[in-house]
Amino acid sequence: MNQQQRFEPRIVGFLCNWCSYTGADLAGVSRMKSAPNLRTIRVMCSGRVDPTLVLRAFQLGADGVLVAGCHPGDCHYQEGNYKAMRRVLLLKRVLREFGIDERRLRLEWISASEGEKFARVANEFTEQVRALGPLQLEEAPAAVAEPQLEEVRA
Amino acid sequence: MISLTINGTRTEVREGTTILQAARFLEIPIPTLCYHPWLKPFGACRICTVQVQRPRGYELVTACNTPCEEGMVIQTDTDHVRQARRVVVELMMARWPNVPIVQKLAAEVGLEKPRFISEMRDEAPDACILCLRCVRICEEVVGACAIGYEDRGIKRKVVTPFHEESEACVACGACAHVCPTGHMKFEPEDYRGKPPEFLLGPNTAIHVMTPQAVPKVPRIDRESCIHFKTNGCQKCVEVCEAKAVNHEMTDQELEIEVGQILVATGYDLFDASVMAQYGYGRLDNIYTALDIERMLNATGPTGGQIRLKNGQPPRAVGIIHCVGSRDENYHRYCSRVCCMYALKFAHLIKERCPEAEVYNFYIDMRAFGKGYEEFYSRVLHEGVNVIRGKVAEVVQAGWSKQEEGTLLIRCEDTLIGKLREIPVDMVILCNAIEPRRDAERVARLFGLSRSPDGFFLERHPKLDPVATSSDGLFVAGCAQGPKDIPDTVAQASAAAARMLATIAKGVVEMDPVRAEINEEYCSGCRVCNALCPYEAIEYLEDKNVSRVNSALCKGCGTCVAACPAGAITGYGFSDLQLHAELEGLLAVR
Repeated sequence: MNQQQRFEPRIVGFLCNWCSYTGADLAGVSRMKSAPNLRTIRVMCSGRVDPTLVLRAFQLGADGVLVAGCHPGDCHYQEGNYKAMRRVLLLKRVLREFGIDERRLRLEWISASEGEKFARVANEFTEQVRALGPLQLEEAPAAVAEPQLEEVRA
Repeated sequence: MISLTINGTRTEVREGTTILQAARFLEIPIPTLCYHPWLKPFGACRICTVQVQRPRGYELVTACNTPCEEGMVIQTDTDHVRQARRVVVELMMARWPNVPIVQKLAAEVGLEKPRFISEMRDEAPDACILCLRCVRICEEVVGACAIGYEDRGIKRKVVTPFHEESEACVACGACAHVCPTGHMKFEPEDYRGKPPEFLLGPNTAIHVMTPQAVPKVPRIDRESCIHFKTNGCQKCVEVCEAKAVNHEMTDQELEIEVGQILVATGYDLFDASVMAQYGYGRLDNIYTALDIERMLNATGPTGGQIRLKNGQPPRAVGIIHCVGSRDENYHRYCSRVCCMYALKFAHLIKERCPEAEVYNFYIDMRAFGKGYEEFYSRVLHEGVNVIRGKVAEVVQAGWSKQEEGTLLIRCEDTLIGKLREIPVDMVILCNAIEPRRDAERVARLFGLSRSPDGFFLERHPKLDPVATSSDGLFVAGCAQGPKDIPDTVAQASAAAARMLATIAKGVVEMDPVRAEINEEYCSGCRVCNALCPYEAIEYLEDKNVSRVNSALCKGCGTCVAACPAGAITGYGFSDLQLHAELEGLLAVR
């Protein structure tokens, strides 16, 4: 039991129904291996992702949140993905205020034909969040960053 | 009106009519040479000489350019006229003895041998007889003025300016068309080694596309029509009695309101010249499947016969499958139709050139449909060679006189485990079916998704193969993926039936996923109004609230996420449901 257990992050993915969810489905149907850490929630459009949903996910203990929608210009609802992009951009600033590393929130464009991209993003993001470590909401980002630098110098 | 007498027949003609026109109207024959109905009369050859009675004696005039006068008395066949014409023909005969049209005129006037000897004698049967029809049509009809004549008298000559290639020439071929001797020649450039019949040449500037064209009406090819080059010509407008020719016609954009759309935009063929090792566009006698399909067609350029570029039937034909399909470098998918049409080609070539050897080079033989496997074995029994292996390259066989024009196919025969070189003189490439080059634009336009291979994505491959992710949009045929005719017909019928079913029902069933505003919570801030891509949210001024028109709402949920008061519920994806989902997902570590 002394052996250190690898940290398995919990990541919530909000996938739009028309592109990213279909892309995830394609990855599954094509039997592509991807990290099981990503737990997906289907929404009709990435524009449906309310910032409070993301904050709630972090509050409930998610270590990372992925928002995935159609490529710009491909939105089934014309421009929902642009709205998602604006929200995510602003939300990242808010996350900093909350002491959450903004890298824990990721926005990706995954089309229905990009099963392979979905698998890649899931794996990449899982590794990225794993490197960031478990989310500890009490810590301020500055407090996290400073000691790390000193460690490197030492 | 002017009244006159020709050969004793009285007639009335309009002012400005020439004697020739009046005579032709009365069906009195007058021979002509330099005259052409499209051109202004010129009076150069003097063959059309006729006799006009004058107060004192008579006068010989050229009929083509002499206008009729009141009370004219004209004789077209007197001794004087015959004598005059005879001398004219005799002089021509002396200079151009072998030109058929001169010989014909000589026979008409009963001349066997000219008395004169011309120092400009030209033995060629297609010599220029200086009628100058070519120069005149180029100026008067075409409007290009690319050719003219130099010098005078017997030294006159039809030339281009400075004897150089004329920049003004539009390569219309009108000069060759009106040339009575064939001296003017028009040779369209050969293109990519295809038989010239594959070209849309200038003599087909107006043509019916194919005998099966729908609607079966002629069209004008703007590329070769003279009118679009010089603004002249318009001869077709003059001759069309129905007044149906209209050069002003252009493409129109029409707006049509519809409830459902079937996207059946078809496919493009893989450009075989991209695979340089197969020599398409570089070597002669290499064709794509569609070229051969045209050649095999009974209305095609060869009347359905298989011919090499030199007009001979081939001795050996190689058919290469999977050009650009099932290939990591180009398209990974199978184009599905090639195996069967390649076998059909083999069968038809065997039928039309029984002496020819036919080789099929395949990776796997995919005879998947009803009756296909039987056809495959039938073709095998006809003596068609099938070689399992991908062709490495097609090269020119050699440079000796014997081998000239033949091709060599280098391939691996995986069934005997050997490299082989097979000499053929015709190669047919079965190039891949690929998505239309504007598929991305069409997909954007309709909000369609595309599968990784680029074809339009159906809603579900098994449960909903003709619908798309957008309501009221259906796909059929190769736009959705490569397929053969039976499959396309089946899919198109299914799509049509699906659309008709919707119409017959009279009502449209909609997804219950949509938004609703709780008017008690709504503060009337109107944030949602501007966000809705469908303008489904209206603002009720009297109540100071917004309301969703549920017939227009598609349920994207953008407004739900944006409402600062949380007054909007997105059915199917409400905050409550999504929060519950989140809690469930994150309950387990």
